[in-house]
Amino acid sequence: MIVLDIASVVLLAAGALFVVSGGVGLLRFPDFYTRVHAAGITDSAGAGLILLGLLLRTPSWETGVRLLVIMLFLALTGPTASYVLAFAARRDGVPIWREGDPRR
Amino acid sequence: MIVAVMAALLVTMVLALARAFVGPGRYNRILAINMFGTKTVLFVAVAGFLFGRPEFLDIGILYALVNFVAVVAVLRLTHYDDDLADDLADDLADDLADEPATDGEDRA
Amino acid sequence: MTVFTLINISLLAILVATALTVSRLRALYEAAMLSALFSLVTACLFVLLDAVDVAFTEAAVGVGISTVLLLGGLALTRSREAVTPRRRRLPGAAVAILAGGTLVYASQDLPAFGSADSPVQRHPLTDTYLHQSQEDIGIPNTVTSVLASYRGLDTLGELLVVFTAGVAVLALLGPLAHPVDARRRDDLDLVDYRVLRVISAMLMPFILLFALYVLFHGDFGPGGGFQAGVIFAAGFVLYGLVFGLDKAQQVVPRVVLWALIPFGLLLYLGVGVVNMLLGGSFLDYDTLSSDPAAGQHLGILLVESAIGITVAAVMTTVFFSFANRRATR
Repeated sequence: MIVLDIASVVLLAAGALFVVSGGVGLLRFPDFYTRVHAAGITDSAGAGLILLGLLLRTPSWETGVRLLVIMLFLALTGPTASYVLAFAARRDGVPIWREGDPRR
Repeated sequence: MIVAVMAALLVTMVLALARAFVGPGRYNRILAINMFGTKTVLFVAVAGFLFGRPEFLDIGILYALVNFVAVVAVLRLTHYDDDLADDLADDLADDLADEPATDGEDRA
Repeated sequence: MTVFTLINISLLAILVATALTVSRLRALYEAAMLSALFSLVTACLFVLLDAVDVAFTEAAVGVGISTVLLLGGLALTRSREAVTPRRRRLPGAAVAILAGGTLVYASQDLPAFGSADSPVQRHPLTDTYLHQSQEDIGIPNTVTSVLASYRGLDTLGELLVVFTAGVAVLALLGPLAHPVDARRRDDLDLVDYRVLRVISAMLMPFILLFALYVLFHGDFGPGGGFQAGVIFAAGFVLYGLVFGLDKAQQVVPRVVLWALIPFGLLLYLGVGVVNMLLGGSFLDYDTLSSDPAAGQHLGILLVESAIGITVAAVMTTVFFSFANRRATR
């Protein structure tokens, strides 16, 4: 049991780290396309690790199944939303940031 | 540990909120709001474990679903509508000259 | 200060900041998106208050459907708020401050948060609902027992409101509207986005399955007819948005949708009338079976399905009516 607890703590800590760093990135990166990367990290790595960490401490199998369903859902919709957003922004002509440009 | 994860989520929510408030433009806001939505999914899941009520997870599934539908709707329904560049210029003009422009439009 | 209080305070701060920003923004699309965010935070607060059924509804309606409908409405009009002259802002500010002040003043009369001797806790009816319902009806989720059985007539009234809203939208935008106004909008699909198409097609069965789960699991956990109906509608809306309205209307023809709107309401009324014919009073499900508890189960199931059918049909119809029109700017 103690092994599971430690693994869960490690996973949760890693997930929290990814989530916060993605949040900071969303605020500090210079343009829309770079920010997509920051937001994407929190949806995939952050959410995945936190849900895995929770999975290791589930009281019953029903809860575990629900966690897995959420994980599957986020794993499918997160990257799709990021891709579609970036695609639409490109099509609408949102400019790409280059070294030396002002932040926007 | 779960409390720490909760704190991290709340901090990230505030950061995403700041991006949603600042913008600039539609896409930055959609991105921030989409990220905020997935953070609320995690929030509900973590809150369920923190307060010992794992049946909250049903709600998490629903949030993940409606969040996706909302993002698709935003993209679809705003896409052809008006020019993003116009919008950005508009935003800028608003920020620069809020009050004087207001009165001018009123007289016209 | 406990963790619980801290989380509540941070969520409240986020809520206030969002509300202020929404009122400041003049770009209406952005304001609509932020109001979806507002609903998400409200729903989180409901979750923390253990009001899981309310949180379910708030998320499904506030984020899923009302955002889509707001955006659909905005697509038909201007998407920028007109500027209010400064002189005319004063009365508005006065009204807002007065109303807010009254609410804050009135809130002092509320019992303390989590107080055990509030009127709600001490009223004998609470005990009846919480304990007697387990023997009368035998459903773990008391909210469902109260909503569908004890207060079945009130819920019928709510369904009538939804029905009226659907009929009103149909009268304004549907087949009865002026034919010139009801032109088709040319381009309404996201066919360029292949990934989105594939993923949405993959998700559709799960969404509908989840809606059914919410409908039938409402007896045991959060959920029920209203929420399931909205999830069904969200699924159809997603399909319509991604594959185009024509495709969506091939799957669910409009006539079928229009027929389903009154069907749910009639089913609900029909259950009540059958109860009367069997010798009970209106919506007294005990008469449906020789065993009263089994009768209650059957009645609640029928009524919840009726709610789900009408809500899903109304929401989908409203969306299709909006999306079928061309912007008239």
